[in-house]
Amino acid sequence: MTKRLVNLLLPFCGIALAIGVWSIASRLVSDLPSPVRTWEESKLYILEPLTKRGETDQGILLLAYYSLMRVGQGFLLGIAIATPIGFLLGVSSTLTRMFDPIMQVLRPISPLAWLPLGLVLFQKSEPAALFAIAVCSMWPTVINTMLGVRAIPQDYWNVARVLRLSKMTTFTKIIVPATLPYMFTGYRLSLGIAWLVIVASEMLTGTPGVGGFLWQEYNSLVYAHILLAIITIGVVGFALDRLMGLAEAKLRAV
Amino acid sequence: MAFIEVRGIQKSFATNGPMRHVLRDVSLDMEQGEFVSIVGAMGSGKSTLLSLLAGLTMPDGGTIAIGGEPVRGVHRHAAFVFQNYSLLPWFTALENVRLAVEAAFPALTREQQVARARDALGKVGLANAVNRRPRQLSGGMRQRVAIARAMATEPQVLFLDDPFGALDALTRETLQQELAAVGSQADRPVTTVMITNSVEEAILLSDRIVPILPGPPLDHARGALSSAERAPATLGASIPVELPRPRTVAQLAHDEQATHVRSHVVATLTASPGRLRKVATEPGTASRVLQAVAKEMP
Repeated sequence: MTKRLVNLLLPFCGIALAIGVWSIASRLVSDLPSPVRTWEESKLYILEPLTKRGETDQGILLLAYYSLMRVGQGFLLGIAIATPIGFLLGVSSTLTRMFDPIMQVLRPISPLAWLPLGLVLFQKSEPAALFAIAVCSMWPTVINTMLGVRAIPQDYWNVARVLRLSKMTTFTKIIVPATLPYMFTGYRLSLGIAWLVIVASEMLTGTPGVGGFLWQEYNSLVYAHILLAIITIGVVGFALDRLMGLAEAKLRAV
Repeated sequence: MAFIEVRGIQKSFATNGPMRHVLRDVSLDMEQGEFVSIVGAMGSGKSTLLSLLAGLTMPDGGTIAIGGEPVRGVHRHAAFVFQNYSLLPWFTALENVRLAVEAAFPALTREQQVARARDALGKVGLANAVNRRPRQLSGGMRQRVAIARAMATEPQVLFLDDPFGALDALTRETLQQELAAVGSQADRPVTTVMITNSVEEAILLSDRIVPILPGPPLDHARGALSSAERAPATLGASIPVELPRPRTVAQLAHDEQATHVRSHVVATLTASPGRLRKVATEPGTASRVLQAVAKEMP
């Protein structure tokens, strides 16, 4: 009982300690707002999270909603491309050898590098942002799906062979179910990356959202709002990861 | 002409390292409806032989024909039971069986396929467990599902890859009896090849026992246990099991003729120059086989 209570309280102790460090730091660096000042200047956004006062001057939930919608679209686009690629690479070692070098080169490219290319290709900021999110977030799904297919035990392939299942049946009844848990791990990691990319793409394109808000407030010298945006990004990212984790656990339980 | 004809097959593997010659000059004839057990120690090449008969792998030399047709892949009317059940964990027992029925009888309607799968599960006593997933079933029940899956396709040939090897001794006995019963209930004769390291199991189920004899250790590796360092295995002379059916384990324990067959098989296996390991003479003896191996270690 007491152990559970301690376990429950420990994270709050950690948060309190972090806020302590933050307030000490704010005394040493003159431009860094203290926790109290951050709260004072941000409470309008937090207490009225759904109010729209202007193009970028909006409640924090509304801003997070714009960002989430953009991330959602980019993420869905990314995994819609990545999942079939993952299956193909998993089944065919020839294709893997063919495309592995390209993948290894494309994977570490920062979203900041993809965005200008997106702008050139699509002329508009919104599709360019989706392009950057999709291209950056697809790799964990490609790789995990591929590994999932390769990890299918020989037993299951034997079942397909001795039952003389058609290629299509083998795919839907054996390959996909066997790969599903790996695929979802890929989706979770991909969503994490998509959320990382959003800030960069909103900053560069100036679209409304948490990232756009952050950049605008930096330019308006309202430093407390930078911290508000940072904390929001963190909390939302954490929530997304937890939700995907739950979905993944459900799948594994089957 | 025999239903299954195996003529002079040989098989080698070259997986990381030196070439391993597993089988040499293996020939075997089987009549339709016959139940033949290939008995040998672990690592003697009997799994390789079964894969070849089943068309899962191709021999390096020699020919295999089933029903007059050369084997070029998994036979249309063949079914399998593997030691490790090989059920799909995301499907229920019924869905696992239906998948096989669907592949074997694509012309049937969905309802007919389900009815057939239910019927097959009922025959192995799982009528009340059709909607359970493999995870929710005991080892014995899983293997029953696998047997139902094999029989539901109405096979002409049945390949049993040490089907009871993973089960405890008691479950093993029950399932052996059930398999014999299911086999005798089939509408037409099912030609069955079983590999096992249990002589007792072979006597209980077979019409004929074929010992597989590992080759002698190669000169440079005397006393080694790995099959990589042995000459390829061959088949010994068939030993008929002419005991009346149904047979039971209890009855066989005291039967004079069974005792005779048992000692004949054991003598053949242990007299072979390349005796690899002692062969289990009683069911449920994986640990005993291991002990025997340990004793033979230099």
